[in-house]
Amino acid sequence: MPPLVLTDEEQDLLTGGAGQGVAMAMRVVTALARVRGADRLVEVSGAHVDSCLYHGRAGLDFARRLLDLGAAVRVPTTLNVGSLDLLHPGTVHEDASHPGVLTGGRELMDVYAALGARATWTCAPYQVGARPGLGEHVAWAESNAIVFANSVLGARTDRYGDFLDISAAVTGRAPLAGLHLDAERLGSVVIDLSAVSPTRLHEEMWWGVLGHLVGEVAAGGVPVLVGAGENAGEDALKALGAAAASSGSVGMFHVVGRTPEAPDLASCSRAGSPVTVVTDADLDVVRRRLTTAQGTRLEAVSLGTPHASLGEIQRLAAVLASAGGAVHPGVDAVVSTSRGVLALAREAGLAATVEAGGFRFVVDTCTYVTPVLAPTVRVAMTTSGKWAHYAPGNIGVDVVLGTVGECVTSAVAGRVVLDG
Amino acid sequence: MGELVLAATALTRGRVTGEVLRSAVPISFWGGVGTDGVVVDAHHPLRGRSLSGRVLAMVSGRGSSSSSSVIAELLRTGQGPCAIVLAHPDPIIALGAIVADELYAIATPVVVVPEADLVLLTGTVTVTSNPDAGTATVTRVSSS
Repeated sequence: MPPLVLTDEEQDLLTGGAGQGVAMAMRVVTALARVRGADRLVEVSGAHVDSCLYHGRAGLDFARRLLDLGAAVRVPTTLNVGSLDLLHPGTVHEDASHPGVLTGGRELMDVYAALGARATWTCAPYQVGARPGLGEHVAWAESNAIVFANSVLGARTDRYGDFLDISAAVTGRAPLAGLHLDAERLGSVVIDLSAVSPTRLHEEMWWGVLGHLVGEVAAGGVPVLVGAGENAGEDALKALGAAAASSGSVGMFHVVGRTPEAPDLASCSRAGSPVTVVTDADLDVVRRRLTTAQGTRLEAVSLGTPHASLGEIQRLAAVLASAGGAVHPGVDAVVSTSRGVLALAREAGLAATVEAGGFRFVVDTCTYVTPVLAPTVRVAMTTSGKWAHYAPGNIGVDVVLGTVGECVTSAVAGRVVLDG
Repeated sequence: MGELVLAATALTRGRVTGEVLRSAVPISFWGGVGTDGVVVDAHHPLRGRSLSGRVLAMVSGRGSSSSSSVIAELLRTGQGPCAIVLAHPDPIIALGAIVADELYAIATPVVVVPEADLVLLTGTVTVTSNPDAGTATVTRVSSS
């Protein structure tokens, strides 16, 4: 491996020139740079931190130590979801698999805010103003945010996670490796969508299903989608990337004719990349696989993974308004979003419509990482390929994957109702 | 069995001796390992086995970057593996060990060996790793 070479300024940060907290964070950044085989660091202009979700004492000790040693973020930094909904106390309950989440989770969120990061508490920072530009180096954590930043915004971040995210925010540096480098951003697998029915690509659920399949096919590589998607909106690309990241650790994709580094296939991919053709039947298979529940039993509906955008809330309000009724009392219907987007939805009058229809908003956290749904919930419906992937293992529910229309119809009926 | 000394690549520092636990399938620490160090992933062949104090050998890690926090927490409570031998460098696993060392001075060596060498690991081994010097070895000290 090539030796890691630091600039004079970086050497000074490492040896305590900017305080012991920065030095501690610099030790973490340089240790990881060696693991990644990087020969130098890259300056980052922003960070998105996922370490604020409580996983036990060690995470809290790390953040607290940084704070006690005088560290603060050096670059604009947003925060991912925490363990609690701070705006709606009582939303999260403690259970056996999440010991200490109420006290430890709260303390951790407070410490990250005290480190100077913006209290955005969202997995979709790109919906609340954190939108680094084409070619801009950042250090983002949270798999859906990473893939969105790289693919849709054209910014450059490797796949960061706990500890490195805040260390990069505190030092303004990250290892120059992975998706920071031109060569690593080239597509390695081509996915041909020309056989998929165009009407399917109007539904975000199908983008999540497609994303799950794309992740399995790409398996850690960079997939390039061709043959459709030139007009895909950000919500569709969000669903695609989130599902591909969870099923296949995808950190970047291209959609030829849509995403900023993919004007054509040749310029965004390696020559001779294998091609996989996706059909409606392939998507049907994946949708059935992600649906783990049988029958019509239904106790919950969870929308907004990743956090719902204003546009998605608008669509939900419209679907609810035309549903001819409110959510059945036996169904807990939840839409997760950020406090920032919820404020906009309140201003626009959309939140009131959604709540009148029987949905409740959850902000600052997420319904599959922390106990939000009642322990009695066995079957939940979602539009999200990512939620469908994680919820059975994380919170022990069976899942039905449906469109937003199917989710609302089912929520109102109190049982699973699928079209056709 | 004859003497076995494998050259390795050092990811994190430490020197420990422990019994090998080889996992044919990568383990996701987040969601896959309980706070007591026991594998809880229902689909994993090592389900029900404890990683505590073992030299965990597997091709790579798997899954969410939250695994770094889970590993650091397992090392803090003494329920984690004493060393990890991989075939592919895994930044998520390495970060958990780096942070446990930084916070609690618990040095857990994480090293990388060629994939073909992983199956040679049996019995009790000593793992020695020094990233600053760029040296690491895995030495078998007993075959049972």
